Amino acid sequence: MDFVANHILSVVLFTPLVGALLLLFVPRENENAHRIAGNVFGVLGFLVSLPLIRWWHPGASKFSFEENVAWIPSIGARYHLGIDGISLLLVLLTTFLGMIAILSSWSAIHQRTKEYYILLLLLQTGMIGVFMALDFFLFYVFWEVMLVPMYFLIGVWGSDRRLYAAIKFFLYTLAGSVVMLLGILALYFYAPLPAGATRTFDVPTLLAGAQTFSDPLKVWLFWAFFFAFAIKVPMFPFHTWLPDAHTEAPTAGSVILAGVLLKMGTYGFIRFSLPLLPTDTALRSRIISIVIFLSLVGIVYGALVCLMQKDMKRLIAYSSVSHLGFCTLGIFALTPNGLSGSVLQQINHGISTGALFLIVGVLYERRHTRMISDFGGLATPMPNFAAIYLIISLSSLGMPLLNGFIGEFTILQGAFQVSKAWAAWGVLGVILGAAYLLWLYQRVMFGPVTQPANEHLPDLNLRELATLVPLVFLAFWIGIYPKPFFALIEKPVENIVRQVNPNFYPAERAKLPVPELPSAAAETK
Amino acid sequence: MTPTGYLLQHLWLIPLFPLVTAALMLFFGRRIPKNAVSMFCVGSVGLSFVYALGAVMQLLAAGPEQRVAQQILFEWLTPGPMQMSGGHLVRFVADWGYLLDPLSCVMVLVVTGVGFLIHVYSIGYMGHEGGYYRFFGYMNLFMFSMLTLVLANNMLLMFVGWEGVGLCSYLLIGFYFLRKSATDAGNKAFIVNRIGDAGFILGILLTAMTLGTVRFTSVGLPDVAANPGILQSLNSAVAAHALASGAPVLTAIALLLFVGATGKSAQLPLYVWLPDAMEGPTPVSALIHAATMVTAGVYMVVRMNAIYQLAPIAMDVVAVVGVVTAIFAASMALVQNDIKKVLAYSTISQLGYMFLALGAGAFAAGIFHLMTHAFFKALLFLGAGSVIHAMSGEQDIQKMGGLWNKIPATARTFFVATLAIAGIPPLAGFFSKDEILGRAFERHPDLWFVGFLTAGMTAFYMFRLVFLTFLGYSRADEHAEKHIRESPPTMTVPLMILAVLSVIGGWIGWPAALGGSNQFEKFLEPVTQSYFVAPFEGRLSVNATPLLGHEGPFATETSREELLRVVEERNKKPSALEYLLMFASIGIAVGGIWLAYQFYRTKRIAPELVAAKVPRFYQLLLHKYYVDEIYDAAVVDRVKDLGTALGVFDAKVIDGVGVDGTGWLARFGSTLSMWWDKWIIDGLLNFSAKLTQLSSFPVRFLQTGTFSSYAMLILVGLAILLAYYGHHMQVLMRGAR
Repeated sequence: MDFVANHILSVVLFTPLVGALLLLFVPRENENAHRIAGNVFGVLGFLVSLPLIRWWHPGASKFSFEENVAWIPSIGARYHLGIDGISLLLVLLTTFLGMIAILSSWSAIHQRTKEYYILLLLLQTGMIGVFMALDFFLFYVFWEVMLVPMYFLIGVWGSDRRLYAAIKFFLYTLAGSVVMLLGILALYFYAPLPAGATRTFDVPTLLAGAQTFSDPLKVWLFWAFFFAFAIKVPMFPFHTWLPDAHTEAPTAGSVILAGVLLKMGTYGFIRFSLPLLPTDTALRSRIISIVIFLSLVGIVYGALVCLMQKDMKRLIAYSSVSHLGFCTLGIFALTPNGLSGSVLQQINHGISTGALFLIVGVLYERRHTRMISDFGGLATPMPNFAAIYLIISLSSLGMPLLNGFIGEFTILQGAFQVSKAWAAWGVLGVILGAAYLLWLYQRVMFGPVTQPANEHLPDLNLRELATLVPLVFLAFWIGIYPKPFFALIEKPVENIVRQVNPNFYPAERAKLPVPELPSAAAETK
Repeated sequence: MTPTGYLLQHLWLIPLFPLVTAALMLFFGRRIPKNAVSMFCVGSVGLSFVYALGAVMQLLAAGPEQRVAQQILFEWLTPGPMQMSGGHLVRFVADWGYLLDPLSCVMVLVVTGVGFLIHVYSIGYMGHEGGYYRFFGYMNLFMFSMLTLVLANNMLLMFVGWEGVGLCSYLLIGFYFLRKSATDAGNKAFIVNRIGDAGFILGILLTAMTLGTVRFTSVGLPDVAANPGILQSLNSAVAAHALASGAPVLTAIALLLFVGATGKSAQLPLYVWLPDAMEGPTPVSALIHAATMVTAGVYMVVRMNAIYQLAPIAMDVVAVVGVVTAIFAASMALVQNDIKKVLAYSTISQLGYMFLALGAGAFAAGIFHLMTHAFFKALLFLGAGSVIHAMSGEQDIQKMGGLWNKIPATARTFFVATLAIAGIPPLAGFFSKDEILGRAFERHPDLWFVGFLTAGMTAFYMFRLVFLTFLGYSRADEHAEKHIRESPPTMTVPLMILAVLSVIGGWIGWPAALGGSNQFEKFLEPVTQSYFVAPFEGRLSVNATPLLGHEGPFATETSREELLRVVEERNKKPSALEYLLMFASIGIAVGGIWLAYQFYRTKRIAPELVAAKVPRFYQLLLHKYYVDEIYDAAVVDRVKDLGTALGVFDAKVIDGVGVDGTGWLARFGSTLSMWWDKWIIDGLLNFSAKLTQLSSFPVRFLQTGTFSSYAMLILVGLAILLAYYGHHMQVLMRGAR
């Protein structure tokens, strides 16, 4: 037990991989065995991640559960894992959504089930690794590893234009990551080397070392990393791989893609890009204003393009562009509210958009179409489905007491502290969000049943309920009692803001020792 | 004495009762028998009403200035430190907490009381409809949201209720979801409200940034100093001269919040959703779109009155928007033929009156009218529902008539409500409307004049409605005629109770000028005069402005005694003007009624002829000034076009030129390098090979492969070598010699 406790991150990281390896030995014909094994390891992967919460020290200011052993000594790459509150949430999101995505595939996938589950489990390990790695080399390996299973998931089990989408996804992401590799190597070689030390890929060390870089070098490094992450998020105008990938991917692929993969980009922004911002104020604010501009354009642009979509999955994909715009807005506002809201909104987006893709999946399995015009009036044959779909739509459009509102409001609050205009633009996205989601809901669910094929569609079955209800539950939880979530990320967020935007804290402005936050009472005396 | 009591310490139970039954209905409703549905859902609202009544009683036991009960259940939204405008850091918290003060007392009683009656009525009205449990589930969810809205102790929780009622409104407008017009109307309501909400959210953010908190007040909390409210922060900011009356930031907050109010309370320019909302079942129109939800904007402005009073420009905007909406909506109500549409425009118009009151600084009068309006407008809608019920679903008043004795209870109660809304004394509407017009006159005679005209129009269109519906000959078709019958007691009893309230409901605000003492205004004074600024240091920092005339110096230094004296004096000496205004309002109401009588009873003036005299104007009114068409053309369609254009842009430019273009470039590049490879790199290699081959050409002739020729060549070579060396040897030897 001690071993597990000391290597809990590795256990979480490799449980899906073990599952994938075991699946190799299951005979090809036995499809149900693949399904059962896949699900067992999906659930197991989630269960082993739960102790992370149990053993979490809320006061921990740095990384927890660290594991750090030599891996490739000749180049200084180490097997270094560790998580803070931000990565903890993202890891939990990954294991949780992974479990649900695997469960959702039960009856959707009928060919090459063995490979399918192996790839899904492999993908899990890759994504978890990205959120845990504290060694650039290791990080890059996981970052690339997860590309391959996703490529095959889209390319093999996708719909009509799957090859186009898969290759586009792969090349697009690869283009970004190659630039990032250059950035990593630059960090590796330019980082100041203390006497007697060997070169290292250690993330905290290198990022601390980067603080000594000249501003022009930092700017170059920033853009190198930015490019990779912006494609992943995806930020306007690097977003066009997303609608294709989402639309063509099988349901589980879309869930993972929207729920987790995109968060690797925002996570990268928080962990790697922010510390690389130049110190010079003018330079810095120019960079920030470019990134914020792209975020705001993304919010409004994504929402507007949603209005004209005819394909449900494409619509939801574009809504992701809009929602992720909020996330990047929050990050680059560089305020605690903005960052906390952004992290929470990443989780929220995983929940709401993940659920929306499951919902489209439910319809696709029944009718084998994603076109909005093929539906209409489904509320009559599918009342339970109608209720859950409505709740999820509301969560996505930011209805209070559901998760989306908490994230959006906090982000807007964070942005508002920097610029009122940013918040005003963001609010525009909130209005449009209601428009496209409710319009979609109306066209799919309301009115009389227009097509005979839809007249007797079966309502949700137990397995589908089991995939959706936990997400609905989480949506309510975060909406009604978000405090535990905020508590998890408060400390790391404060660390980051203290590092990248020390001006925020008046005490540091005055170069005084750090006091307690002045209480509200003191403010109004 | 601070208010205490079990009920006050458990205010959260008030919204909880309907929430529990709502959840029950929405989860298990299909399996619950109809009677149980009615019992649960109506019972829970009744329970809330009784509980609220008890809580209010306990609150009243305290002295007028201690009537605040507040409790925080838990910290709801805790996103960490926030930087205020001045650079200070505060720990931002939005509580989940409840506040009961005189203002929320009025609201909570109106909401639960009128709500309960409408729920009872719905048992009869919805009895034959499908989705009975769904209807009551939504209605109970609405009650929960509305009670959260009026009992919230901070702006953000209020926003929760605010959005919640919007959602229930959306669901209930679209209750008949098979009808496209119903779901369209639902969407319209939600999205138009969202535009208002955008303003509301920004207003909340600006308040938080400026004052560091969104809690209304800290009074009633255990640690007042550590948990300041908006009132306290505002008070200290004003005392420290950081903020003053007319400060731009306060004006901005007030205006942003007002944008929210125009959405929810259907004021210009966002009123367009309310007439469409009549697609919902009639009890919904009564509860949500007349009595309670649409008044949320009024409530919110009064709740935030401390800020409004420091923002005179915003107050003017509120007053002008209110009064313009009032007359604008009334003019549309003049010509409508759908019974519910007339009432809908009338609601917009009456809400305009309320905002006129708020803008004139008469917050208590606004709330007073909100209350009386809840009584008589709920009654009017429920009466209209009863009429529609009797007429087998007909809503066109041109196809009614002669119902006075066929549905006597409905007709008589409807008539009482009509008298009340027309402003005939001593019914409820007279007192509240008169109060508003009086205060509007004090603010500016023009405001009064427009409101005064509106009062006449109100009397006219309401009596037009009564005459066409209940009097004269029946114009109904045979089928409808045959089925006319009075509604069951579940429907008529609520009508009667509301009729009584429409008569006596205004008496608690009996003005001093008529020998009363306006108890209602006194009751609300602690809220509208910000007595709850605690700790009270014998000075009133905010809020004296409207009393002392808004031109006067800001009343930071005005002592409380001075202020009370002013109030007292004003109440004591009713001026001749006050009586004059009162007679004027009665006069124009009677005038409106008389005109309607001439039009629709004696037919001395034919409506058709009048319409024909001003055909353009008549068409303009009939088509509601074409506002919907203009909005569609100017905004809705343009946004859709923009979406389409951007969609094409995305596919053709970003993806087409950008991404596929890059792909093409890559392929072109690879073709190019293939060519380069083939012709230049490989070419050079091949070229050198060719060169070697060519240069080897002469040598090839020597390589014959025949032994004898090789032997011959060796021999020849040897001979040449020997000759060469021989020659050299000679030279060397000669040299050595």
